[in-house]
Amino acid sequence: MSYIPVKRPKFSLLDRIYVVELVKGLSITLKHLVLSLLGKSRSKKDFNGAGIGACMPFPEQRWDDRLPSYYRGAPTLVRGEDGRERCVSCQLCEFICPARAIRVTPGEVDPGSPTPKQEKAPLKFEIDMLRCIYCGMCQEVCPEQAIFLSKEYLITPTDRSQAIRDKEQLYRLGGAKKGLINKWNQYK
Amino acid sequence: MECFWTWCCDILRNPTWFYLLTTVAKLALTFAVILAFVVLSVWIERRVAGWIQDRPGPNRAGLPLFLLRPFGSKKAQPLAGLLHFFGCPPDGHIARLCRWLRLDREIPIFGLIQPCLDGAKLFLKQEITPSYVRKFYFILAPMLVLGPPLVAAAVIPFASEVSTSFGDISMCVANLNIGPLWVFAVSGLSVYGLTLAGWSSNSKYPFLGGLRATAQLISYEVAMGLSVIPLLMMFGTLNLQEIVGAQAADGWTLLPLWGNGLAVQRWALLIPMGISFLMFATCIFAEANRTPFDMAECETDLVGGYHTEYSSMKFASFFMGEYAAMVIGSAMVVTLFLGGWSIGFGADAALASCSEWLAVACQFAVFLLKLLAFIFFFVWVRWTLPRFRWDQVMKLCWLVFIELAVANIILTAVILYFVK
Repeated sequence: MSYIPVKRPKFSLLDRIYVVELVKGLSITLKHLVLSLLGKSRSKKDFNGAGIGACMPFPEQRWDDRLPSYYRGAPTLVRGEDGRERCVSCQLCEFICPARAIRVTPGEVDPGSPTPKQEKAPLKFEIDMLRCIYCGMCQEVCPEQAIFLSKEYLITPTDRSQAIRDKEQLYRLGGAKKGLINKWNQYK
Repeated sequence: MECFWTWCCDILRNPTWFYLLTTVAKLALTFAVILAFVVLSVWIERRVAGWIQDRPGPNRAGLPLFLLRPFGSKKAQPLAGLLHFFGCPPDGHIARLCRWLRLDREIPIFGLIQPCLDGAKLFLKQEITPSYVRKFYFILAPMLVLGPPLVAAAVIPFASEVSTSFGDISMCVANLNIGPLWVFAVSGLSVYGLTLAGWSSNSKYPFLGGLRATAQLISYEVAMGLSVIPLLMMFGTLNLQEIVGAQAADGWTLLPLWGNGLAVQRWALLIPMGISFLMFATCIFAEANRTPFDMAECETDLVGGYHTEYSSMKFASFFMGEYAAMVIGSAMVVTLFLGGWSIGFGADAALASCSEWLAVACQFAVFLLKLLAFIFFFVWVRWTLPRFRWDQVMKLCWLVFIELAVANIILTAVILYFVK
């Protein structure tokens, strides 16, 4: 049998007259109303909201320090702790990106730099934040651990051109990550 | 000046002119109050919905005093530029007043400005008339929804009478002897608006919504008419001003605590009156197309109902029509069952013997308070009850309410005949 017959509950006459049930329902909603006006809503403490009900008044009070570790915000580029650009412009993120938000223009690494074996680094790296869907595929596919989703969620450009983030901006937002990737170190 | 004054007195002494001028004044007052209450009830709806759901609701929009910033700097002296232009000294009273009022902030007066901004937004939205609609009826429909509730308000008394040296003024736009009938007849016209909206949209869901609205409104009109008959039997009049006057003297229909209201008959009549009140209030909910009876715009199975194809101000007219119907419905319930403008406990007569104008002002305020309370009740019920199923709505009307109403009439007749 592919379906489960659900038995409807039998209502007593009092339930079917409906007036008593109506009053019960009204008292529940009224309780919520009074409690939220008094600032004693249930789970207000858990949410640490300062507003009416269990709510945080948003721009003044923020959720930032309670964002979970797995929160997916805007993608950013990171440098290694040696200051090296981790991105080797393999363009895997550009290919995997389902929203086609990423544009990478590959460039060459200066042979005089400390890691000449790396050979490539992005000349340009642009992420269109109007297209990005924060899926985190770029982070997952990156073989160099160069692109990470940050916890930034307030992305409010005032026009379309501002929504496109270039390389400098992405590195500034990403900062440096610990955990040395030594494979490009020519002395190792 | 004196010549003008005597001319005014001459005009007011003419009964026709007196009647005309006072009626126009009362009409303006009624319209202003209803439109203000439409706006206010939108705000109440959204705030109360928020509170019931443990959130604040729209509490941000306020007086945008920060728009004054171009006229002066933000930090030192608000409106410095403007004050300098008018030559006010920077340490004078006006400048200090501006500083004290902090005329550069936004004052969020509980978000009361929100409905006004919503209205402005709807005005500025793009108006789309689909190419496949019947243009004439499509444009006619929103007018037919918004108009009737405003016209129906004409018979609702908002205060008692005032006698001036020129004549008596009854605080009710049209003191008709068929008050409730007028309200039912005129507000029943709004069903044409809903039907035409559904029909002329030439699209499936609006059509279904229009059909539902027609069936529901027509059915509940029957029950609504029958449910007030016990009340009319008790008062023996159809004039709303007289009904409220009787309630002011002898206790409200549901609260007979003073005057002749303490008689055994009135207390025995509380049973049919209570049933009548429950039925009438429910029918008003159905007539105003409010949850739990908003079958005509039930978005879970009809997208948006009869106004799916409407946009911009035409949609806003439907929206305002619904709220105007709610305000008029509340006014009817308040007038018939909760004493209308009467302050209660014999305070009306006492105030009137002191000063008639004072009594009228107090009664008007009391009426508006009662109206607000009932609008709150409307909103409260909306955010408590889930929507009924369509067949349940029709069953409730035809199989429960109409029978109950007839039984109620008989019960009232028996009580009126046997209990003295």
